[in-house]
Amino acid sequence: MTNLSGKCAIVGMGETVVGKRPDATTNSLHLEAIKACLDDAGIKASQVDGLLTNQPLNDSHRSYATKLSHMAGIDPLFATDLALGGATPIAMVQHAVMAIEAGMATTVVCVHARKRSTADPSPGHPIRRGDEHWEEPWGHFAAAGGHAFAAARHMYEFGTTSEDLAHVAISTRYHASLNKNATLRKPMTMEDHQNSRMIVAPLRLLDCSLESDGGGAVLVTSAERARDFPKKAVSILGMGQHHPHWSLLDAPTLTTLGGKKSSETAYRMAGLKPKDMQFAQIYDCFTITALITLEDYGFCKKGEGKDFVKNGRITIGGQIPLNTHGGLLSQAHLEGQLHITEAVKQLRGNEVEPERQVKNAKVGIVSGHGGSLAMHATMILGAL
Amino acid sequence: MSKDERGRATRRGQPFLEEPEAKPFWASLREHKLTAQRCASCQKIFGFPPQSHCPHCLSNEFKWVELSGKGTIYSHIAYHRAWHPAYQDKVPYNVSLVDLDEGGRLVTNVVGLPPEQVKIGMKVEVIFEDTADFTLPKFQPAK
Repeated sequence: MTNLSGKCAIVGMGETVVGKRPDATTNSLHLEAIKACLDDAGIKASQVDGLLTNQPLNDSHRSYATKLSHMAGIDPLFATDLALGGATPIAMVQHAVMAIEAGMATTVVCVHARKRSTADPSPGHPIRRGDEHWEEPWGHFAAAGGHAFAAARHMYEFGTTSEDLAHVAISTRYHASLNKNATLRKPMTMEDHQNSRMIVAPLRLLDCSLESDGGGAVLVTSAERARDFPKKAVSILGMGQHHPHWSLLDAPTLTTLGGKKSSETAYRMAGLKPKDMQFAQIYDCFTITALITLEDYGFCKKGEGKDFVKNGRITIGGQIPLNTHGGLLSQAHLEGQLHITEAVKQLRGNEVEPERQVKNAKVGIVSGHGGSLAMHATMILGAL
Repeated sequence: MSKDERGRATRRGQPFLEEPEAKPFWASLREHKLTAQRCASCQKIFGFPPQSHCPHCLSNEFKWVELSGKGTIYSHIAYHRAWHPAYQDKVPYNVSLVDLDEGGRLVTNVVGLPPEQVKIGMKVEVIFEDTADFTLPKFQPAK
């Protein structure tokens, strides 16, 4: 088996303005992200030969990747939609690497956009998560509920508190306050968090991520071809996935998730350890998700996340800066697409506001998490 | 299809009684029996939702068996926001994950006490809530 560590690199990335984009559509946000990405990479659509995307939540298509390719003027040798919820953006890059190494494509754009903050009247049908009819009759409707089950269980097993979760939200908001392209930039206090209304106990409003309009894209090619692109290439060093259950009904545990095995695979591929990571862009649909993933990724022991997130350890300048862009909690929720673009910017070293730049950043880890805490993907990126 | 203020489809909030694998489950509930599939090969309870083949050994031979209706709360939450109009005047309300003694887990409601008094590890027993079209299994603290 060939080790794919370092075989491919990210050579382009694009982000749209995020937040409320009333005049945009799902399609226009995808195209805007692709254009920004190709401009950044300095190539034309005709030079791209692969495209990966995620199904739009509010308007399903049979192969949206094919539609998007041709809307963008791309004639793909490789194109498909992936469906792993918030683990999809990382899975897209992983599949791009596999396609490139298999000789099926050379230059693959991975794009995801969402229109969830302002209305997007669309002619099509929304996508179901699946099995809602085994939850909704009892009043369980929301992602907040699924993650609240995990939070309640983590509190029961390890004594984690709502104040502990607040540290994740407060630190993430601080990073957003330094990011011009973030939705919520007013610094948050412990009092703000504790006074925010209960949504699904034990999770409060400020434990929950945003609903956003926006998009992002990255361009993947071989390490060899990466040298021909104008900007510093970011090497894909490690990749992993794990999907330990499907729904809350078959989850063996809600306090250790797919991140444990997924990160073990990625660390092994990269030949690196948690202590080698200089930042962590961790999927933060809810505060509890980031706390559990920090444990699963080996930054602290299981159950110690409640103390680990304190004392500035996860803030810029600390031991492992978490979500230096403001994350899903405060920048924008594009299912983690911007966790990847942020990692690329950090490793390029000169593309974010200096106050939130990780000093001398050479390697970092990115996570994706989807479904009923079911799907997980990990990627370790490095500066070439 | 009805839509919410963001143009998204509103939720049904109802069980799907015609799901082929689950029809016997919903029919037994009408008779106030909580049932599950027991594998004829490995003897384990399938769990929920019902399916055609055993998730433990892939045998497609099983029997519907009545459960004791006793279980333990794995985790519980309280909805303070209503995602569906029918719940507007019910918040805050409990939703729990109940692990049944014989195997299998349900998303359900633990009723008969305020949400803040529900605890992980609490022993519970099934009760049946009838509506015009279907019966839902819910739980109360075990006597």
